Amino acid sequence: MSSETKILTTDGVPLEVSLKKAEKRNKIKAFLLVAPLLLFLLITYIFPIGEMFTRSIDDRMVTNMLPKTFASMEKWDGKELPPEEVYRSFYEDYKILAEKKEHGKLGQRLNKEKNGFNSILKRLFRKVKRNQIDETVSIKEQINKIHRNFTKVEYWQAIKRTAPPYTINKYLKGMDMYLDEDGNVAQVSEDRRIHRILWLRTLEIALFVTIFCFLMGYPIAHLLATLPMKYSNLLMICVLLPFWTSLLVRTASWMILLQQQGLVNDFFVMIGLVADNNRPEMMYNKVGTYVAMTQILLPFMVLPLYSVMKTISPSLMRAGKSLGGTPFVAFWKIYFPLTIPGIGAGCLLVFILAIGYYITPALVGGASGTLISNQIAFHMKQTLDWSFASAMGLMLLTGVLVIYWIYNKLVGVDNIKLG
Amino acid sequence: MSKNPEFVKFDKVDKSYDGKVLVVKDLQLDIAEGEFITMLGPSGSGKTTCLMMLAGFETPTNGEILLDGNIISNIPPHKRGIGMVFQNYALFPHMTVYENLAFPLRVRKVEKDEIDKKVDKALSMVSLNGFESRMPAQLSGGQQQRVAVARALVFDPAVVLMDEPLGALDKNLRESMQYEIKHIHESIGVTVVYVTHDQSEALTMSNRIAVFNDGKVQQLSDPAELYEKPVNSFVAEFIGENNTFNGEVIDIAQDKCKVKLANSEILANPISVKSKGERTTVSLRPERALINPNDKMDNMFTGKIEEVIYHGDHTRVRLNLLGSSDFILKVPNSTSNLELKVSQDINIGWNSTDARALDPK
Repeated sequence: MSSETKILTTDGVPLEVSLKKAEKRNKIKAFLLVAPLLLFLLITYIFPIGEMFTRSIDDRMVTNMLPKTFASMEKWDGKELPPEEVYRSFYEDYKILAEKKEHGKLGQRLNKEKNGFNSILKRLFRKVKRNQIDETVSIKEQINKIHRNFTKVEYWQAIKRTAPPYTINKYLKGMDMYLDEDGNVAQVSEDRRIHRILWLRTLEIALFVTIFCFLMGYPIAHLLATLPMKYSNLLMICVLLPFWTSLLVRTASWMILLQQQGLVNDFFVMIGLVADNNRPEMMYNKVGTYVAMTQILLPFMVLPLYSVMKTISPSLMRAGKSLGGTPFVAFWKIYFPLTIPGIGAGCLLVFILAIGYYITPALVGGASGTLISNQIAFHMKQTLDWSFASAMGLMLLTGVLVIYWIYNKLVGVDNIKLG
Repeated sequence: MSKNPEFVKFDKVDKSYDGKVLVVKDLQLDIAEGEFITMLGPSGSGKTTCLMMLAGFETPTNGEILLDGNIISNIPPHKRGIGMVFQNYALFPHMTVYENLAFPLRVRKVEKDEIDKKVDKALSMVSLNGFESRMPAQLSGGQQQRVAVARALVFDPAVVLMDEPLGALDKNLRESMQYEIKHIHESIGVTVVYVTHDQSEALTMSNRIAVFNDGKVQQLSDPAELYEKPVNSFVAEFIGENNTFNGEVIDIAQDKCKVKLANSEILANPISVKSKGERTTVSLRPERALINPNDKMDNMFTGKIEEVIYHGDHTRVRLNLLGSSDFILKVPNSTSNLELKVSQDINIGWNSTDARALDPK
């Protein structure tokens, strides 16, 4: 005997079936409503991220250039010099590349794997160009005679290492690490560790900008939420004004204010705070980045805080006071805990925006105020190493997701309130 | 133990928000210890402002407020020790019921055991034992209301203020809460100042009622007197239902006066009229006028039924009487029910003592 009897509708159809049928239409409607957004996200977000990911680990260049070599290398154990067969297929692959004039790229790529590769390949190229290699006798001996490095097993191992179509090299490079000749992860020498400094600086600046935004935004949001309408509207306009101005204009105006002959420095000199010949540098360093980013990101802190504070009834504070709490106790025990969802939303928003900020640090940051995103842009535009830029972009994205995850563990994303 | 008749004293209190309009004018009000006093009035009459001044959230523009003989105008709200129940309860949404009740005790640095005891006592007073760990959002409106009452009482304040605490509840719940609050007041003897715009709430709960209008106390008396003997036409109009006649006094004696209406004359009880020729509004409670009265009554007229409205326990009859077509009669649904039909003529009578000649409207 079954413990629960099925409930039937008046027509005898099981209730569950009937309900599903009734809701199906609504579900389809709902899906169709979100479908454009889904498609949009897919095209503009998911797909580019996927593309970035493949680009960042893509290492098919050598694989495509030396197909025969890698095929014959599969049997080679990599401990001693490879057999004649490998030499021959390498030679054949290289000959094709030389004819297509693509041998230069191979040289550069292999040189990254093992220093000195490019020069020995150039020697090989000269021989190939002049048809000085006799294909009827042992190619291994002929190549080994070109340069003694060809007789070193490390060089052949370097080629073999490039065989897999994917590599994590770019990611390691982003963390100032690399794969050494034995395939182990190693640190680059200390004087070349630039990326780690940038990562730490990015975190530091994002953290401090968040803190400054919070310290300045909280009282503003509180005023906005409690002032009478006519004043709060005016204040709201002041807060939102930056939103209506171009980011570039705002940053440029900070440059006018903060430069050594700028308004702020003039004012300091005028009131005698600093000597005219000893004006402090407030731009092209961290100070500039802090000031400009805090001002630009402030609305993102104020708005979620404001929307949360607006919902807190003033009678709660009054209740706290009438029950005997001093104004501070009433604030700390009642008002503040109720604003935590807004604080969470504001801080997360500002932090995530700050961590990927690009234009402001680029313009006012100088050398000591640039962030990881500036480095990414540098590789996108200057070195054209897109795969490295992609790798760093993805590392940044992962970092943000990790922060989001930690935040979720600590505060709970359900507690976020944006409005 | 003698009770202080001037436990709370408003002494010539004025209040203005903008320097142009007086919201409260020359308020003179004494509240006795242990009394349940209600400030009743339409919205904007200044009653809530008075409460806020007593709680300390507003300062009087002029005059003093005294609590147990001490001037409290300069004492901040948290040092006044006055409990308050807010209109929308103002329970702290992030705290459990227990934490809400413990809040006033914790800020007073009461020992943990003592807090537990007091919270328990306060919860049993509103019969909410076992709800300690609930969050306010998990409670119904009535339960939230009770928590708010318990929280305002848990620290044994001398005075408890209630600002339209039952406004958000449905009718049945509101009535049962009225009795509950009244019983709590009777059992612990705390002084309660209650603000409402609901006259039936005021009548059922209070020892005394102060009717506010236009920033002034119009009448301060116990519920029965307020209903039976309103001193002016605003109070008569505001409390309960009321039939009015506007006319002119043409003859006046010690306890009777003759009032000339548009085309007839009635006898009335002169309350605020002094001499002949004054304009007056005569007020008569609907239940004081009888159909086909047996006794000899000094006002007897015939009217025509315009409308009969069935109300369950009573029937409301609208008559065309003495030239006005909105004279209301209340007929109880007793077994000896009369046949009341529209456009039927009936005889109506009332005593002149129940017809109060008040100030003209």
